[in-house]
Amino acid sequence: MSSFFSFSDPNVQMVTLGVMLLGAGAAIVGCFTFVRKRALVGDAIAHAVLPGICLSFMITGQKHPLWLLAGAVVTGWLSLLFMDYITHRTKLKADAAIGAVLSLFFGLGILLLTAIQHSGSAQQAGLDKFLFGKAASLTQQDVIVFGLTTLLVLLVVFTFFKSFKLLAFDRDFAHAIGLPVRLLEFVLSTITVLSVATGIQAVGVVLMAALLITPAAAARFWTDSMQRMTGLAAGFGIVAGFFGAFVSYTAPSMPTGPWIVLLLSAIAVISVLLAPRRGILARWLLQAENSRKMLAENILKSFFSLSAKKEAISEADILEARPFSVTGLGRGLRRLQRRGLVQQSAPRTWQLTETGQIESRRVVRLHRLWELYLSHKLGLPADHVHNSAEAMEHLLTPEVEQHLLEELEYPVLDPHDSAIPYDIKTDAP
Amino acid sequence: MTPIIETHNLTVSYNRRPVLWDVDFSLPEGRLIGIIGPNGSGKTTLLKSIMGLVQPDSGYVKLFGQSLDEVRTRISYVPQRESVDWDFPVSVREVVEMGRYRRANLLRRLSSADRDIAADALHKVGLQDFAKRQISQLSGGQQQRVFIARALAQQADLYLMDEPFAGVDAASEQAILQLLTEMKAASKTVLIVHHDLQTVRQFFDWIVLLNTHLVASGPVESAFTEDHLRQAYGGQLTILSKVADLVKERHFPVREKPYKDRP
Repeated sequence: MSSFFSFSDPNVQMVTLGVMLLGAGAAIVGCFTFVRKRALVGDAIAHAVLPGICLSFMITGQKHPLWLLAGAVVTGWLSLLFMDYITHRTKLKADAAIGAVLSLFFGLGILLLTAIQHSGSAQQAGLDKFLFGKAASLTQQDVIVFGLTTLLVLLVVFTFFKSFKLLAFDRDFAHAIGLPVRLLEFVLSTITVLSVATGIQAVGVVLMAALLITPAAAARFWTDSMQRMTGLAAGFGIVAGFFGAFVSYTAPSMPTGPWIVLLLSAIAVISVLLAPRRGILARWLLQAENSRKMLAENILKSFFSLSAKKEAISEADILEARPFSVTGLGRGLRRLQRRGLVQQSAPRTWQLTETGQIESRRVVRLHRLWELYLSHKLGLPADHVHNSAEAMEHLLTPEVEQHLLEELEYPVLDPHDSAIPYDIKTDAP
Repeated sequence: MTPIIETHNLTVSYNRRPVLWDVDFSLPEGRLIGIIGPNGSGKTTLLKSIMGLVQPDSGYVKLFGQSLDEVRTRISYVPQRESVDWDFPVSVREVVEMGRYRRANLLRRLSSADRDIAADALHKVGLQDFAKRQISQLSGGQQQRVFIARALAQQADLYLMDEPFAGVDAASEQAILQLLTEMKAASKTVLIVHHDLQTVRQFFDWIVLLNTHLVASGPVESAFTEDHLRQAYGGQLTILSKVADLVKERHFPVREKPYKDRP
């Protein structure tokens, strides 16, 4: 392991760099595959490059990376054409076409691979590495060819980024403004095939789709911009490539591909959980915040109605007025105390502070305004509006409150003929 | 005066079934033109074949008396709102700026003049405050206005819009109508696929009434008649529809010699 991290072996440096480049290339191209909803097509292409690699070896008798790449691109492209033809010219739908083409090409690939392995050729050793990937088996020549190919792919994406984005978003519009849509699609497909054909060095054909799609899917959780998404996915791809090289060197008996896929999936899971706004944790925190707010405001409301009779209110009074849970009430009161809205006047007895009174009036006002709005503008009967207002009073923002006040013309009574509590500052002008 | 759009014997198939039969009309410049007809009458297909997005089986379209490629920059196209994925990772501003994309600036960044034009277009549809939003955070009507802003950014003379009023809230409908009035005042021509017969008189001054074949094309007063409507909406022509089914079933060409009876 130490020999890997010291990078003293120039071969290790070279391969690690190369594989990181492959990871980035696949991830960037994969972003377009992802937004064009063609993830499964990517998977099919990945499987379809295997027979190309085998055929190329059978014809040339050697494992020169350029020939292998050429073979991979040819069958990769063929699979695309097949899928296209089946989808457009027969009654079969895309999913059936993808499934059929994937298994046909992969089956053919395995057949050829087995034939080669039993041919007794000394050269063939290592071809099976294309199944699950093995970065460490890359020769210097491989790294140069695949590295340069990836650079080419990146250059193309960079140059055509704007057009690819429009093509993926709205193909008809791109066509309408006279962009060479077919040419652009051809270029995009070609670099997809190319990055698949190079990426399989790291993860193998079987799991290539993960290197293509997972970084994009994970990146989508963090941003709403195609540019940033692509950059982020590239970063994930680089991490995956590095990790792949690491596994290849430190655990030679391990298949590299599955490890990379596990790492990428971990990144994706973390994204799903932790991403701001979209992530599960963010949503969960928001809900927790909402229920804290509801509890606090409900306690304030109870204070509002109980304060009409006396200032100091015991926890028993509150519990009698509204069925809070005892622990919830305790938590809520302590939080209100920290915010300076209530103060403790005796054990288990509280009273509103001055700001607390303003705040409690605000909550009650919102409740009654909403009730009034529902009954006046939506024509709901007075006995139907309370429950809706119970929830909405916690949501309404000051802007909405202002709109309500203006639209209802600063009303005095709510539908149940209770006074709407105003503060000086929000009183009618 | 040269008609702004002229279709000649236009026959177009969708999924091999002809949906437009020998459609032949000329439209004048500077009008708000509604394409009206029942579902499946070929309205969208007509728009797409004017824009070169579908290949006709026969016939041709001339725009400004020329072929599409010669005048492409003078035409702007607003697809149906449902035709794109609104979860796509782009902002409102980016979509509107797409209206400034050209074959010529394909590889370059947009100039600041282009970005100003886009910003101005966004202002015109009243969505300048939404520029940075991701497009899924808009209401349906706002999304439609984004599409119209993109079209405005193209600064064209002829606008083709596919159902811009479908599923649009009242505020957006008003905003779009206001824009249409301004466009007409600036002697632009707007061709709109429309499905709501109630509003035809209010929105348009010329209509093209379709039901696979052309029923009528003319000023609203003379073309939007009960008689024409009965022709368009009173069911399909049974024999025409049967023949269309046959064409699909037998994979039969619509013309003996494939495509194009150019002038």
